[in-house]
Amino acid sequence: MPPPLHAPPSERVWYYAFRAICVLIFIFLVGPLLVIIPLSFNDLPYFTFTPAMLAFEEGAYSTKWYWEFFTEHSWQQAVKNSFLIAVFATLISTFLGTLAALGLSRPEMPFRKTIMALLISPMIVPLIISAAGMYFFYARIGIASTHFGVILAHAALGIPFVIITVTATLVGFDHQLTRAASSLGSSPTRTFFTVIVPLILPGVISGALLAFITSFDEVVVVLFVGSVEQRTIPWKMFSGIREEIRPTILAVATLLVFVSILLLTTLELLRRRSERLRGIRPQ
Amino acid sequence: MTTVDDGVLRTADGVPLKRSLRRATARRRTRTFMLVVPILAFLMVTFVMPVADMLFRSVDNQIVSSVLPRTTIAIQSWDPLSEALPKEFVFEALVLDIQESFKDKTLGRAGRRLNFEKTGMTSLFRKTGRRAKLITEPSYRDQLIAVDKRWGELDTWKLIHRESDAVTESYFLSAVDLTFDESGDVSWKVEERRIYLFLFYRTLWMSALITVFCLLLGYPVAYLLATLPTRHSNLLLILVLLPFWTSLLVRTTAWIALLQSEGVLNDLMVFIGVVSEDGRLQLIHNKIGTFVAMTHILLPFMILPLYSVMKTIPPSYMRAARSLGAPPFLGFLKVYMPNTVPGIGAGCILVFILSIGYYITPALVGGQTGTFISNFIALHISETLNWGLAAALGVILLAVVLFLYFLYDRIVGVANMKLG
Repeated sequence: MPPPLHAPPSERVWYYAFRAICVLIFIFLVGPLLVIIPLSFNDLPYFTFTPAMLAFEEGAYSTKWYWEFFTEHSWQQAVKNSFLIAVFATLISTFLGTLAALGLSRPEMPFRKTIMALLISPMIVPLIISAAGMYFFYARIGIASTHFGVILAHAALGIPFVIITVTATLVGFDHQLTRAASSLGSSPTRTFFTVIVPLILPGVISGALLAFITSFDEVVVVLFVGSVEQRTIPWKMFSGIREEIRPTILAVATLLVFVSILLLTTLELLRRRSERLRGIRPQ
Repeated sequence: MTTVDDGVLRTADGVPLKRSLRRATARRRTRTFMLVVPILAFLMVTFVMPVADMLFRSVDNQIVSSVLPRTTIAIQSWDPLSEALPKEFVFEALVLDIQESFKDKTLGRAGRRLNFEKTGMTSLFRKTGRRAKLITEPSYRDQLIAVDKRWGELDTWKLIHRESDAVTESYFLSAVDLTFDESGDVSWKVEERRIYLFLFYRTLWMSALITVFCLLLGYPVAYLLATLPTRHSNLLLILVLLPFWTSLLVRTTAWIALLQSEGVLNDLMVFIGVVSEDGRLQLIHNKIGTFVAMTHILLPFMILPLYSVMKTIPPSYMRAARSLGAPPFLGFLKVYMPNTVPGIGAGCILVFILSIGYYITPALVGGQTGTFISNFIALHISETLNWGLAAALGVILLAVVLFLYFLYDRIVGVANMKLG
């Protein structure tokens, strides 16, 4: 809230200065993402605004980099791979993670802290170490350079996100509800599907979305464990930036920004629903 | 049902109540534990064993002993401090080993392995491999020395003797810029080959500075979010979460577009006239690039824990401070800030942990001077193929990270980690 009228001028100056600083930081956060959107419509293969673009000349803008993305085989293969790998990795980590989170939320769980620390560790161990280890070990058991291998690796990396979000949902879980269900004669299975699942579903879905985006954005492990056959969108972008830098990358980046806006909106809606279900009202 | 009247409470089938309860609890514990068994088994195979495999490579040294098995056994009888060459039968064993492994095409691996310790070994083994088949009778020693005089040098044999052990410390020594010198003692590497300690140092101080930048930029934003009414702060929170959810490569690409010398920022500065056309600033492929891009990428990891702590501080604290006569700044310093310390700790450790292990962003925008230790681990795995050294560097990096993770767990508790 703004300072009251009787506040000394120094306080009011500071109030507006603080706001201005915050605006600058927000520009730093979001600006770079917004700049690439117009750049991706550049007619020339540059990563900057041409004078013609600034003058809003008609020929300066084009959608040809988008066309290149949608028509070139290697990009399309990358899109297919990215979705295939991310979907299966998400299914595995969501299933295993939800199961584990249900166990971890119960007070009788033995070695709770140790297990929790272990399950979070794929997020903490530097990716290059995990990737190198997987590269050697997966080759030894014969699943390196296969989709299967990359899916398993990504599922492992997605597990911490599922665990964190689902356990957070279960913290506010009212165990009286399951007891009420049993006292009304419901079997444990039925209680699970009709009482527990609807309540934790928002948490599970947000965990799944986080696991999905983790796999979808991941590049280090794919570079090491995968081969050209498993080339994903981030892989193409990484090698694109390193070798021949083309605005197609900017077009892809723009599309990915919209994908993340979409995911973020879904997540926000889920969070609101979860709070409503658990009886938390926004002030 | 038999009733025993000894004052012990029993269930309907006569089991003492205590034991029955203990059994039921144990059963429930086992049942609960079964819920995490699948995930533990899965992570064991897909994650823990791979990482352990990688770490084991830092001491694993079976190349020489598997390529040169006879020599490995024969050389045990030789005392490397004796100042005399090994006996004839050691030379014989080596000739047989070289002949055999040359045929199997495994000899090159031993040469490459020894070359990590002493340059020239690859070519020595290649040369000897080609000519060894002509050596069929004694004296093996003289004929080998005739092939290459290095077989008559003590250093060569000391090296083979040292590296024929199944376990080696040489990768770790190498990872901290040490080496075995001519006499087999541990000593510093020659000046121009000492790079790793400097690299660890650079990774640490750059990460620390990135953490400070994140704190300086994150603290005001988190404060603003925490003090605004919820409906405004939720909107602004989306601006924090959007970069958090956007692909790392997208954000790195954006910074390349902005910072490169023909990029948006430089064009803008030339247009305004801050810099001249020839004086375009080098903002990328150096430390600046790494600092800017990494701060941007890790900033949400600072804001989110700070915000979640600040949200719990009642606004009445500050009002109380004011009403007791504290000027706003003093009140903030003495009352508000101490309450945010857990958030500062959590955010800083998280950002620092994530930063020291970063690979992709430094690789793309760091150039020569802004790369981290991870980039060298990747280099040794995919280019120089010195996997042992990569593993040793990895062990040291992981030790630092796990120590910080332990600290994080102590301060925040892993279970309290929040995302978005």
